[in-house]
Amino acid sequence: MKYVIIGNGIASIGAIEGIRRVDPEGTIMVIGAEDAPAYGRPLISYLLAGKVDPDRLALRPQEFYDSNKVELKLGTVVTAVDTGSKTLTTTQGESIEYEHLLIATGGTPFTPEISGAEGEDVYNFTNIDQARKLIERAKDMKRAVVIGGGLIGLKAGEALFDRGVDVSIVEQSGRILSLAFDEYAAKLAGERLDEVGLQVQTGVTVKEIQHGKDGRVVGVYLTDGAFLPTEAVVIAIGVVPNFDLARDAGLDVDLGIVVDDHMRTSASDVYAAGDVAQALDLLAGDNRILPVWPNAYNQGFCAGKNMAGQDVAYSGGLSMNSISFYGLPTISVGTVNPPEDDSGYEIVTTLDERKRSYRKLVFHHQRLVGYVLVGDIDKAGMYTAFVKFRLEVGDEDRDRLKAGDPDVLMWPDEFFRKTWNPDSEAPSA
Amino acid sequence: MKRVYPDKEYCIGCHLCELACMTAHSESKDLIIAYREERGKEGLSPRKRVFEKGSVCVAISCRHCDEPSCVAACISGGLYKDPETGRTVYDEDKCVGCWSCLMACPYGAIRRHPVKGKIVKCDLCNGREEGPACVQACPNQALKFEER
Repeated sequence: MKYVIIGNGIASIGAIEGIRRVDPEGTIMVIGAEDAPAYGRPLISYLLAGKVDPDRLALRPQEFYDSNKVELKLGTVVTAVDTGSKTLTTTQGESIEYEHLLIATGGTPFTPEISGAEGEDVYNFTNIDQARKLIERAKDMKRAVVIGGGLIGLKAGEALFDRGVDVSIVEQSGRILSLAFDEYAAKLAGERLDEVGLQVQTGVTVKEIQHGKDGRVVGVYLTDGAFLPTEAVVIAIGVVPNFDLARDAGLDVDLGIVVDDHMRTSASDVYAAGDVAQALDLLAGDNRILPVWPNAYNQGFCAGKNMAGQDVAYSGGLSMNSISFYGLPTISVGTVNPPEDDSGYEIVTTLDERKRSYRKLVFHHQRLVGYVLVGDIDKAGMYTAFVKFRLEVGDEDRDRLKAGDPDVLMWPDEFFRKTWNPDSEAPSA
Repeated sequence: MKRVYPDKEYCIGCHLCELACMTAHSESKDLIIAYREERGKEGLSPRKRVFEKGSVCVAISCRHCDEPSCVAACISGGLYKDPETGRTVYDEDKCVGCWSCLMACPYGAIRRHPVKGKIVKCDLCNGREEGPACVQACPNQALKFEER
């Protein structure tokens, strides 16, 4: 097999599209652990909420795999990679040779040390199978506790609530959404959930999950001593890079699989992409785990092109999240919680309580390096341009950004021309 | 592939491209009905956006990028590149209204549909015989539809 991709998520789709831009013919095999077509993982909260049909989950139609001549091997786990003989072994005992390999195994749910976390009625919320089980369970369940007030936890809580379940969300840290959002945006999101009727508690978490004699969950003890009766617990603390396979194969692994600027791992002809890879962070300038969706696609796409023989450097990932809480949209891009002791940063916030609209811009010297929008999100992309293209912002333009008025005419002339109105003459070689 | 290229040297900021865009994407295909009725009732909106700064203006819309950020960001498979035409295609049925594309597109070419919980984006007037309506409507040839 010319190209083998381990993993069947969005990085994998990026890789197929990247390979096919360069090599229309070389054989491609995708090996996926789940027995399902590639689906948008964030969509499982929409599935659980009943907002998307199960048959609408596939990211690409079957025709995509047919026309790209991709062999899908689903429900199959790769147990070992031998980078010397360039061979994989699968759970079925199959041996598969590769010329170019991509490891895009994503993340695995992190389970904290909580007594009673093993056993019936305890779920994580990271795949379609879990969503399906929760849909069944929600039919005869009155109460659920969600551990974790991050993006996954809140969306799981919201979706269960939509199924008529009373939901309590507990978050150990002082506030919800502490990774992706700033304090104020988190507060607005929290208020929205509270208004609808979800219970959100911060500064407290589950100490012990109580199972009854029949093994079923009956409730949880919280760290503050309180007891919450519940019929199910959803653990949504986060995911950690799923790199065991790579580590066992002798690849360089730090917090994730270490890759260079071409998404190459330490073994020749082996690449990594997506949530499992530790790759360039555009703003920080070093390699980090940035487990957000667009980065996974872009890394896969870049790896794919390189696997097929093109020489393409990864431009670097940018942290970004867009998520709505009961119709209240929130977007967060780049650096949104800068270090407090660095005077090079300027933070400008604007709030309209009545419209429930909030904007936070983070400047670092002459550049916009991050922003948060809640409610009025329509100009998000225009702000993203300033962060992503690292455009210098003069005083006058800075005032316009602060006034909520970013636009393309503020771009440097040459950059504007190249982007929007390049010369019509044939490009030089 | 042919794309729409805006020229700020020629744009006079008249917004006729927006009106032509709305008409082309309306049910009635009639400017007056599109603007007075469909805009209010059904949230019909232009896929173009006119920016002005002093006397300079420009009308922009989806660039149909070779490697679009919106496609990379789409969690539902509702945005993808058509390998045949090179267009960045939007499938409204698959869209879940998560606004990831709107966040990721650094060209500000995607907007929210006012009522549907979906996005609107330029489709180059897919299938329209005369080509994109905005280009046809521009009184000063500030929009060109060509291969570059």
